[in-house]
This record gives sequence, C-alpha cells and structure tokens, in this order.
Amino acid sequence: MEEENREVIRLRDVSKFYPMGDSVVKALNGINFKVYKGEFVAIMGPSGSGKSTAMNLVGSLDMPTHGTIYLDGGDISELSESDLAQVRGQKIGFIFQSFNLIPNLTVKENVMLPMMFQGTSVEEREKKAEELLKLVELDDRMEHYPSEISGGQMQRVAIARSLANDPEVILADEPTGNLDTKTGAIVMDFLEKLHKQGKTIIMVTHDSDLAEEYADVVYWLRDGELEKVTKRVGKRFVDVTKKKKAHGVK
Amino acid sequence: MNLDYLILALKNLKHRGIRSWLTLLGIFVGVTAVVALIGLGNGLQAAVGAQFGVSSTQVITVQAGGLNSYGAPGSGAVNKLTMADVDAIQKLPDVELAIPRNIETVKTEFNNKLGILSAVSVPYGEKKRGGWEVMDLEAEKGRLLQDSDLKKVVIGNSLSRNTNTFDKGIEIGNKILIDDEKFEVVGILKKKGSFIFDNVILVNNDVLMDLIGYGNEVDLIAVTVKDSSVMNRTVEEITKLMRDRRDVKRGEEDFEVSTPAAMLETVNSILGGVQAFIIIIASISILVGAIGIVNTMTTSVLERQKEIGIMKAIGAKNSQIFMQFFFESGMLGFIGGLVGVILGTVIGIVGVSALNSFLGAEISPMVNFPLIGGALIGCFLIGAAAGIVPAMNASKQNPVEVIRG
Repeated sequence: MEEENREVIRLRDVSKFYPMGDSVVKALNGINFKVYKGEFVAIMGPSGSGKSTAMNLVGSLDMPTHGTIYLDGGDISELSESDLAQVRGQKIGFIFQSFNLIPNLTVKENVMLPMMFQGTSVEEREKKAEELLKLVELDDRMEHYPSEISGGQMQRVAIARSLANDPEVILADEPTGNLDTKTGAIVMDFLEKLHKQGKTIIMVTHDSDLAEEYADVVYWLRDGELEKVTKRVGKRFVDVTKKKKAHGVK
Repeated sequence: MNLDYLILALKNLKHRGIRSWLTLLGIFVGVTAVVALIGLGNGLQAAVGAQFGVSSTQVITVQAGGLNSYGAPGSGAVNKLTMADVDAIQKLPDVELAIPRNIETVKTEFNNKLGILSAVSVPYGEKKRGGWEVMDLEAEKGRLLQDSDLKKVVIGNSLSRNTNTFDKGIEIGNKILIDDEKFEVVGILKKKGSFIFDNVILVNNDVLMDLIGYGNEVDLIAVTVKDSSVMNRTVEEITKLMRDRRDVKRGEEDFEVSTPAAMLETVNSILGGVQAFIIIIASISILVGAIGIVNTMTTSVLERQKEIGIMKAIGAKNSQIFMQFFFESGMLGFIGGLVGVILGTVIGIVGVSALNSFLGAEISPMVNFPLIGGALIGCFLIGAAAGIVPAMNASKQNPVEVIRG
C-alpha cells in the first residue's frame, strides 16, 4: 500500500511568470499538484489557463519562477541540465499533441531513440523497440517513415516511444488533439491499458469529457490558478479541493 | 556509443536537400584540385624529364646563350659555339667525349605533304657511338646511321605512325624530301617518350652541314665525363674554359653549362611553384566550403529546432545533441572530400593517360593513398570544426519553446 501512495511528481507552490514588456504574465500562480504512482491524472483547462506551462513544468522541461518541483522525490532544480535530461529520459515518457516524431528516422528508430540517449546497446534497443511496436500493433510498420503512416499510427508510435525507457510516468499532452474521434479512442484505449498495467499517466487536455472518462483525478486550471480538484468516486467525480490539506498530509 | 551519432548523422544527411550539397562545392573543388594536381604533378615531372632526351645523368650540355632565344636549343644564339670549342673541351683532362650536335629546323616533304621538323646532326667515329649512348637511341627497325651514310636518315618513332604530320607513316626504304633533297630512311628509332626525339630526323653531320650550311658552328655540345664523381668539377672547368675562349667575365656568361640534374631541378622548382599556387587556390576553395558548411549547419539547426526540442524532451543531454550535429557537420565535409578525392583521382588518371598519348610517354598514373586518406580525414575535421558553433547553438536550445504546436 505504501508503494501505491508514493509521490511520483509534486509541484509545491509553483509559479511561472513570463516578462512581457514592462509587465509580467503570470502563466501559473501558486500551484500545488501531486501525482501518486499508478494514478491517471488529468490537467484540465481551456486555452490560456496555463496548462501548457503546467505540462512543461510537470515534465521538467522548464524551471519554475517560484516554488519547487520534485521528480520521484528529488528537487529538479538541484540537477544540472544534462542530468535532468537523463532523469527525464528515464522517468517520463512524453506523448505530444502533434506526435513529434523525428521525420528522418523510421518508426523503429524513433522508438529506439530515447534508449540511445540512455546508452542502451543497439541489440537491446532493437529488441525493446520491436516489442513495444508489437504492443501498439504497429510491428508491420517498423521500417516506415513517419510521413508514410497515419496520424493515429504516429500517435501509437509516440506511445511506444514514450515507453522505451520503461518510465514511471507517461505525460500526454492533448494526445487526441490532432486525431478524429475514432482514432483518438484507439489511442486512449492504449493509454488506459497502460494505466491498468500500473503506469502513472498524466494527461493534459481541454476536453472535460475526455478527462472525466479516463482520469481518476482531474486538476482544473483557470487563468493560471488551480480552480478545483475533482476525484472519481465510483462513477461520479467529487470535488476534493477543500480536502486538499488532508490529502496532502498523507 | 559515438557510432550511434555517426549513424544518426548519416541518416539526417540522407534527407538533406540539394541546397546542403551545393555548399560542399568549395570543399570538393578544392580537394579535386589538390588530388588531381598531385597525381598529375608526378606525371608531369616524368614527362618533362623525358623531353631532355638525355637519359644519362652523367652528361653535361654546353649551349650558347644570347638575345635571340627562339628556335631550337642553341640555334638562336648570337655568338655561336664552334667546332674549335668542341676540340678545346675534348682536351680537358676529365672529359671523355665532347659531342657536337646541331639542331636545324628543316622543311620536309612526304606523301605530298609538307612538314617542319627538327634535323639533328650526328658526328663521326667514336663520337657517333658516344652520341647514341648519351641520347639513349636505338633502332626499332632498320639500323642507326653509319659514317659512310650520305643521303640516308634515321627517323623518330612517331614519324613512322599514321598520326604524323604527313598523315602516313614513313617506312624503311621510303624516300623523304629534306629541303628539297631526297633522302632514304634507313632506320626508325625506338620510342623515347619525348616529343622532340620521337619526331626527329637524324642526319650525318657533314651531310646536314652541306644542306644547311652552318659551317663550323655548333648548337650544342654534349660532354661525357670519365667518372661521375668529377661531374661538378668538370662543369666548372668547362665554364672557365669557355669564359676564356669567349672573353667574358664571371657572371656575364653568354653560354650555359648544365647537367640534366640541374635542368630537372629548375623544371621541378617551376612545377613546384605551380603546385604551390594551385594549392593556395584550393585552400581558399576549401575555406569557402567550410564557411558553406557553417552556413548550412546554422540553417539546419534553426530548421530543426523542434526536432532538437523533442530529443531533449525524450532525454537527450546537451552533449548528445552537440555530438549529433558535430558528426553531421563532419560527415558533410567528409562527403565533400570523398567526391573530391574520387573526381581528383579520375582527373589524375585521365590526365596522365592524355599526357602519355600526347607525348608517347609511359608514365603510370599514381594513386597516392596516404594523400587520399589525409584528405578525407582533413575534410572530416574541417567539416566538424565548421560545425562546432552551430552544434553548440543546437545543444543550448530550450526544449520548451519548440515542442508545442
């Protein structure tokens, strides 16, 4: 049970300000956010709510202006840029709205790439990539280039790539944003499957239906502030914002 | 580990547009020039050496110099050498043979076609035999001249071929007209690889003198020494003798005493100058190529910002991004160099065979592997060096701003 409750990512009083001319844009202001191992968390918000900024911070791609970010218990601001890249590569698997595959590499090479950055041997990389592509049912497209496959297939490749280093967390940024409903559903099914297998999933989305369909916990952002946190209880979502403190004590 | 980046770099290069390859023009032109030049240079040296027509390095040549230096060697001199000079040189203690030679431009007719050729005089007796040796002449067909030959000539090898000035090969027994007099061809020389000697007409001295009327004048004296160790001393002795005979001061000599080795040295130093010049041009070309690589890599980094951001997001360290672009840049240079090396080698080989067929020489084309290896490594390094700054820019890219959208 203790393992279940382990914090994977935590944002403590995190703010991100961007200077804009003479004024300052407060993209995120005093956010507290916690993800436990095995959870499926959604960060929900309309455009301009700061969810992109939140995604960058949660994914440790960016440093906060104020506050602290803990990745697997460690303060990321204490890591050098290169160490952070390594840790990020090991612990977080990214899935992007626009797939973000490397166009010059084949499907298989794209999946192998994160392992290359970790110094995994070629044989192992190939084996793992083949396994993962089989998992997302694309083992017949391994030698194709991203431009030769459909959007839904590209997103499945991205899922396979996100799993390459066997990370604790999958961070999905609008994973269905560029897909039609049907292929979007297929992609979500894969994420759901991964969640069932014990992966921690963080999904950033503007689609509340999608968030409430799959996530256990939904963080609602508005104008850079946390509006509310809702949690699935049975088939319904209950506002747990007030109980935040109690939740945090655990 | 580093092999990964090399492979990645190659994959990226495969998808490069023609624009990137055009920037390599400088590199490959430069390398082509250097490789072709060095391949050709050795051929040229050999070819020029062959033109002297004197194979033995133990021969000293004496020529009169003067204001008018056009025409055949020595023939344009104002104050010509004479047979008396030959005799005087012959009397020097270290001299074995002093062989006089006259080279005259003659009007020749064969197959109803006119040609202007060089006729070379052949002395008599011991000096005739010495002359054959010094000039390394042998008959391929027929025979060499004998003292008793009058209206008989021996011709250079090229004249026996259909490609000569008369459009018809001259054969043994054929008659040719030299300055309107009829001569019988009794011998054809072996191929020399020298334009002059392969198109020469050899005539006994007295016969040629009757024809042209140069009297006692001599165009060139070939001197053999008794021992090769006294070459330099003999050159000095001859120079001193000739100064006295011609009554000129040291430093104002109107004649020239030289050895083939010295002449070759002169030619080589001229070739060396030409080579240095071309190498300078090639270096500028390669520099331009390197700037081209900086340019194309900088553009590429800008174009691939998003890609760099993605790679950083999925765990690439700065150094790993740097390595990838560094290798890519190096490989750009390497490929430019490879094209240059291939092209340069081909030009070298074609050039040498062209020289061979033009001069009738038999120079074997040289493929200089250390040079090629050096050129390839050098080009990789130049490319890599050119890519350092763009690669550093790439590695410093912030992942956040580029991966969205």
